[in-house]
Amino acid sequence: MKNMNYPGYDAVRTHGWLWAHRWLIARRVSQLGILATFLLGPWFGFWLVKGNLNSSLTLETLPLTDPYLFLQSLIASQSISNTMLIGALIVTLFYLVVGGRVYCSWVCPVNIVTDSAAWLRNRLKIKSTGSGIPRISRYWLLGLTFILALTTATIAWELVNPVSIVSRGIIFGSSSALLVLLIVFLFDLVMYKNGWCGHLCPVGAFYSIIGKISLFRVSAANRRACDDCMDCYAVCPEPQVIKPALKGESDSIGPIIRSGNCTNCGRCLDVCNKNVFKFSFIK
Amino acid sequence: MNAGINQQRRRFVFTTLKAAGGTALLGAGLGLFSNQANSLPTSVLRPPGALNEQAFLAKCIRCGLCVRDCPYDILELADVTSDVATGTPYFTARYIPCEMCEDIPCVKACPSDALDSSLTNIDDARMGLAVIVDQETCLNYLGLRCDVCYRVCPLIDKAISLDLQHNERTQKHALFIPVVHSDSCTGCGKCEKSCVLDEAAIKVLPLNLAKGELGKHYRLGWKEKQRQGESIVSPDVPHDFNLPEGYSYDYAGKGLIKKDQEDKTPYPANPLDTLNRSDSGVQK
Repeated sequence: MKNMNYPGYDAVRTHGWLWAHRWLIARRVSQLGILATFLLGPWFGFWLVKGNLNSSLTLETLPLTDPYLFLQSLIASQSISNTMLIGALIVTLFYLVVGGRVYCSWVCPVNIVTDSAAWLRNRLKIKSTGSGIPRISRYWLLGLTFILALTTATIAWELVNPVSIVSRGIIFGSSSALLVLLIVFLFDLVMYKNGWCGHLCPVGAFYSIIGKISLFRVSAANRRACDDCMDCYAVCPEPQVIKPALKGESDSIGPIIRSGNCTNCGRCLDVCNKNVFKFSFIK
Repeated sequence: MNAGINQQRRRFVFTTLKAAGGTALLGAGLGLFSNQANSLPTSVLRPPGALNEQAFLAKCIRCGLCVRDCPYDILELADVTSDVATGTPYFTARYIPCEMCEDIPCVKACPSDALDSSLTNIDDARMGLAVIVDQETCLNYLGLRCDVCYRVCPLIDKAISLDLQHNERTQKHALFIPVVHSDSCTGCGKCEKSCVLDEAAIKVLPLNLAKGELGKHYRLGWKEKQRQGESIVSPDVPHDFNLPEGYSYDYAGKGLIKKDQEDKTPYPANPLDTLNRSDSGVQK
């Protein structure tokens, strides 16, 4: 009677609902908490942090800038502002330590919506697999955004970038961001599984490049205990990253997930009844 | 085995082509769309210190820090349905104009230098240029004393002055014509905001729309002469052509004067004496 209802069923039964959602809850707290910090100012007049996820100023001193946007601006304007350079370096260093796509799963508000779409797909048993768009498309799109920055000499991608439209929409209170969210949600729900975050989003593609050499990672440390329930594959937004680490012992591949596409979301840790996975620093 | 590799290769090539094709389509679409989406409507203005529109769109990182630091909540961030480039700051002068803060907090807040940090005196800002776009409805042009745009101008008598002209309609009054001077107008938009008409007769337009430009080779003779101290083409020739013997012509308005009495008026107090003058050049 394994896996009878949904992925993670066994973990919930054995360890309890809270345990089997601990990292998911932590991520939602992180994502909403970051948005809430930005909203403290406009809602309550307490300006802990100003700006948005593109670039911000914390406590009137600490500048943070999205390195991906910094690069596009650099290419488009062919000049550098010191504040942005410092801000982008700090952010890059941070993600080099905690994992590149930690931005995707712990910060980006679009992730909440695409995760919900993926969850609903699972529950509604929508099967179209999204084989039409290869996962590598995101890197093509990433390259395209840089080329457009060069050829139009503007940050052209920002005209349509759902990631910044949504975060800016929430922080600055624009309801039209909901429209963009709805489009992404429906796209992921009925057209392509993990379509936006896992196949197209150039922001995630950019952070996955940082993630190739970042230090903090998921490790299938206890992989011998794996009972092939497949729950981790079912919940993982990038299931292709798991196999080498989980099943690579015979090919003498280490247990650490090396792919930059792993978002360190920790859902595999949540749903694994056998405690196969843990977070660890790379050795 | 060979067939397997072949299959793999085919799939790889196919996948790559598909991604490349999709990207090219998307790129063409977005590239063309960006031209339209990046054009700024003339009804809105960028914050003080904004670089020219093209450079601004290359640098502005769309973080909204300028919006947050504007003490009068004048600036807005364009959202995705707006006709201003998504995420960029702007204000609408007719709705709420720039207050021209002396410390220019919006410029200080900008991390990307899209608002030029070298702007330290707000009077040097050039957000646009006020233009009387409709002389047919401007009340001052109609001969009334509205003067509101002139009165509200933060740089009154420098950016807007009232120039007197004869009122042809009444034949006895003056027209107080508002004239905008581009060397002082910051484009703050106070005049447009306060124009009393239903649709403002004075509007702040982007500089490239509002300003003409002389050809690079063009020189204004009187200015060159002033700079040089004398005519740079040929020396000024006294205006005494075809005058009766013994007379010169003073072109400052005194008319014909006799050479030996140049400092005096050529006209005697009694006009009859002039007519009776024997040497007036007119045969009796």
